[in-house]
Amino acid sequence: MKQAVVAEGLSKSFGAVEALKAASFSVSGAELFGLIGADGAGKTTLFRILATLLLPDSGKATLLDLDTVAGYRQIRTRIGYMPGRFSLYQDLSVEENLNFFATVFGATVEENYELIRDIYAQLEPFRKRRAGQLSGGMKQKLALSCALVHRPELLLLDEPTTGVDAVSRQEFWQMLRRLKSQGITILVSTPYMDEASLCDRVAFMQDGRILAIDTPQGITKLFTKPLFAVRASDKHRLIIELRSFEHTRSAYAFGSSVHYTDRRSDAAPEELAAWLRSRGFGDATVERIAPGIEDTFMALMENGAAQSRKEEAGDG
Amino acid sequence: MKRRFTSMRASLAVVGHLLRKEFLQIFRNRGMLPIIFIMPFIQLVILSNAATFDVPQVRFHLQDFDRSALSDRLVKRFTSTGYFKMTGESFRQKSGIDALVAGKSEMVLVIPEDFEQEMMTGGHARIQLLIDAEDGFTAGVIRGYANEIVASFNRDLPELLPQLAGTQSVLPVIDIRSRGWYNPELIYTDYMVPGVLVVLVTLIGLFLSGMNVVREKEIGTIDQINVTPIRRWQFITGKLVPFWIIGLSELTVGLVIARLGFHVPMLGSYGVIYLVAAIYLLVVLGMGLLISTVTESQQQAMFIAWFFMVIFTLLSGLFTPIESMPHWAQNLTLFNPVRHFVDIMRRVMLKGAGIGDITTPLFMLAVQAIILLSFAVNRYRKVSV
Repeated sequence: MKQAVVAEGLSKSFGAVEALKAASFSVSGAELFGLIGADGAGKTTLFRILATLLLPDSGKATLLDLDTVAGYRQIRTRIGYMPGRFSLYQDLSVEENLNFFATVFGATVEENYELIRDIYAQLEPFRKRRAGQLSGGMKQKLALSCALVHRPELLLLDEPTTGVDAVSRQEFWQMLRRLKSQGITILVSTPYMDEASLCDRVAFMQDGRILAIDTPQGITKLFTKPLFAVRASDKHRLIIELRSFEHTRSAYAFGSSVHYTDRRSDAAPEELAAWLRSRGFGDATVERIAPGIEDTFMALMENGAAQSRKEEAGDG
Repeated sequence: MKRRFTSMRASLAVVGHLLRKEFLQIFRNRGMLPIIFIMPFIQLVILSNAATFDVPQVRFHLQDFDRSALSDRLVKRFTSTGYFKMTGESFRQKSGIDALVAGKSEMVLVIPEDFEQEMMTGGHARIQLLIDAEDGFTAGVIRGYANEIVASFNRDLPELLPQLAGTQSVLPVIDIRSRGWYNPELIYTDYMVPGVLVVLVTLIGLFLSGMNVVREKEIGTIDQINVTPIRRWQFITGKLVPFWIIGLSELTVGLVIARLGFHVPMLGSYGVIYLVAAIYLLVVLGMGLLISTVTESQQQAMFIAWFFMVIFTLLSGLFTPIESMPHWAQNLTLFNPVRHFVDIMRRVMLKGAGIGDITTPLFMLAVQAIILLSFAVNRYRKVSV
């Protein structure tokens, strides 16, 4: 099996809302594949179709060479799904949840303990505690353990790190890398762009469409315009001024600096620095930088939004 | 063959795990436990004692315009029974009505002037009973009591007025003495307890099962269940059996209270009652599961369950006899499982009916169980469109 997931032209509408518009992508075996997109981009709908919980309006998907509609029964025994919302039994203890989900798959915690040991070890002290009383990070670890306990070949994780603190998020991604090294294919979605660089490949979603699919390094190549990091003491006023500059394409805060893109492909940093000084930013520095993945997404998002606007205008 | 056997064992094992999980959850829910195991019996005790049609004492207002020895005799008849208590006396018609309106009396006894005189000369006289019929049932009971007293007064008239003996042409010769069978002392708790017990078992079964699947939908756990290889029948069985067991335990405790606390007779066999209850609970739980699968929130499920519960109880013959309902409503009650079980419980406990006597209602219940359960299994989908 080369491709663990193949989706072809998946579409789904809820009433007048088109949640998913002809989404196509594929995930190779033992790949860590990320779906990045803001809330409402259609990630959860896509996950529910792949998890065999929702039928697509059109298009088809195969998981582990099984069709999601015809082969849903076999698929369910071979995948692990972790919904975006915490969906374990809050009134059962950590241990009881894990045992329950192991046994309904006909497995036991003991025989697959090896796989979940790293994750479950951190939960062990709380194993008598009810799931509802765990912290956000612990809940996610338990949910991952429950999704893994029957040793699935493919993991579908819908926004596993949403609402989890930064340290737990980092730990969570380390666990995913370890699982991947054991040959498990992982499809994970996240609204956090910084998590994209941790994936083997990412797909960027917006308004139900997949706008780009590439490796985190490759995706930055989509960013073709020059990118400058601008620094000045009054960052807030700096952004406002930059947005009024005639050649500005975009200007947004990025850490301690402001990332600026120009409409022209041959813009020079010296020119911008001179203009800024003329506007009263005596200490302004401008430096050309290589685009990061987040810059690429920001640009993709703007393009996507512009395209949607164009389509709407065309419809009218 | 052997493979089929092992796969069957495996799938039954899954049901076992589901059952274990359900029971863990039920017994862990501190809010629900008293509702399941204590409240029904408090209700049983309160309702069975309170829901009685006996009218213990009737307060009446007297307007004796005759004030003769005979009228005095008649009044004594009323007061000496213990049922009637005189709460006032007046000689203005309006005062009597006022007493009714003010709720000070349930009845006004009016004895006209010349009551004794007319009786002596004409051999018959009239009295008037004004009964507060705001509550038709109570009014009927009062009229019954009063008629009986007047009738017995009539019978004894020759003794009271010996001079009348010759002139009275028709004397009552038939002395009616009624005797109630199956409940000779007309003890209302005997009649009410079996019925109230049915309503409580229904209430618990319908609400517990009705809230259950929809709760999993509400908190999202149904998603996690749906991606497992658990089959539909396994899931539904896992949901049914715990409430079925709880329903039968409630019935058992209720029967113990009925026998030991209320001394309700048990002329029939417990076997028949449990057989019927086992089928009846399938109807109730099937209905609850159906409600649970078609609703999206516990609130919706709650309202639908209440809607049916009220209709079922009022059309069950528990409080108002089915025979006194309009024809269309009587037909409607044939589809009411509560009606059949109330009927069977009373017949088995008070009349000692055997399985052969209750085949028709039992058949109705079995048909309803099959229909509702197949609907519930069919409506529960593991994939949404």
